[in-house]
Amino acid sequence: MPFLEAMGILYLTPNMITMWLIGLLLIYLAVKKQYEPLLLLPIGFGIIIANLPEAGLMKPDTGLIWLFYHFGIEWEVIPPLIFLGLGAMTDFGPMLAQPRLIFLGAGAQVGVYVTFFVAYAFMGFSLKEAASIGIIGGADGPTTIFLASKLAPHLLGAVAVAGYSYMAMVPFIQPPIMRLLTTDAERRIRMKKSRKVTQREKIIFPITATIVIVLLVPASAPLISMFMLGNLFRESGVVGRLSDTAQNALMNIVTIFLGVSIGATMDGDHFLQKQVIYIFLLGLVAFMASTASGVLLAKFMNLFTKNKINPLIGAAGVSAVPMSARVVQKEGSRVDKKNYLLMFAMGPNIAGVIGTVIAAGIFLTMLQ
Amino acid sequence: MAEKVLAPLAGNIWEILVKVGDKVQEDDELVIIEALKMENPVYSPCDGVIKEIKVSKGEQVQEDAVLMILE
Repeated sequence: MPFLEAMGILYLTPNMITMWLIGLLLIYLAVKKQYEPLLLLPIGFGIIIANLPEAGLMKPDTGLIWLFYHFGIEWEVIPPLIFLGLGAMTDFGPMLAQPRLIFLGAGAQVGVYVTFFVAYAFMGFSLKEAASIGIIGGADGPTTIFLASKLAPHLLGAVAVAGYSYMAMVPFIQPPIMRLLTTDAERRIRMKKSRKVTQREKIIFPITATIVIVLLVPASAPLISMFMLGNLFRESGVVGRLSDTAQNALMNIVTIFLGVSIGATMDGDHFLQKQVIYIFLLGLVAFMASTASGVLLAKFMNLFTKNKINPLIGAAGVSAVPMSARVVQKEGSRVDKKNYLLMFAMGPNIAGVIGTVIAAGIFLTMLQ
Repeated sequence: MAEKVLAPLAGNIWEILVKVGDKVQEDDELVIIEALKMENPVYSPCDGVIKEIKVSKGEQVQEDAVLMILE
């Protein structure tokens, strides 16, 4: 009976069913807890459909989701398009108003390198794998996916899920570290008002930044150039339609293909290994180390400046825009409800995105 | 002596919690400004009576915009 023999149910394995449960868990977290639902929901469903025997959705050359994955992620199309949309959503104003805060965005990349080192030296991961895991600490989804798909595609699913899960948990991961490393008096620091940034500066910035960054780290070009193009759409004020499409329609379209393809890379036999637990542990270490290094760098900068920085905003150097900036505002207002740190925190927050892309570019240059 | 209440950050006027003539005390919440999907309360700088409200719900304000005047 060929029909009976073709039934998928005959080929079901325990690993597949375990993966269904993981997929269901992500869908649950997305629906019930609203943890990064735009990503975790399609990822969860992607996991389930990739673990249906004989369905062939991830079969090379013919499988539907494989085609999304191949042309979207392997061809490096989707992450840069997401950056185009992010650029159109981003206001560099708070960063340009206080350029010294850029350092905090760079300082919070320490977690990326610490984790890279730990993963390579102590946990038995290869250099390329370690880089793909370390980048989780940048707290930037598309950059993580971009790097992992080039350096360690077999870890892509785990790295992406770890990254997005921790991003959703930023409000729980960061505050204890921020409180531990700062005194009450430091948390009360009110920052001096920023200067106003002109439209001209906002137009010049994306163009100059692209030229400078790509000249220094050419491998970051796909992400940086799209990010800055999106931002130029926004700040030019003359292409509202393009800016709107980049940050809404186009972004939503590619997010669908991104989520479901990432989920579908997680077939049970490859995913269910001890390694995955290590990746989740290391990802958490990366987030914590980045938060700590941002806060500590702000304290260090305070040793030399008259115009004090509230060290809480250092925590916003992990990208996770704008969640970590919100966390900063919340923590600051716990001790002084009239302290408005939100916009100051956006400076390191945005700088953190650029910092993570540069970190990814450096890894690519050194390791590929 | 009139006292201006300024927007501490740029954002959308999410909610106005007082009306003209209301008596308020220092640190009472007057307005909620929404920025980056976060609701930020603006507190009264002193005791007084609301003399004038300069903004309306849903309006986009810049940092330091005058929100209301207290007397």
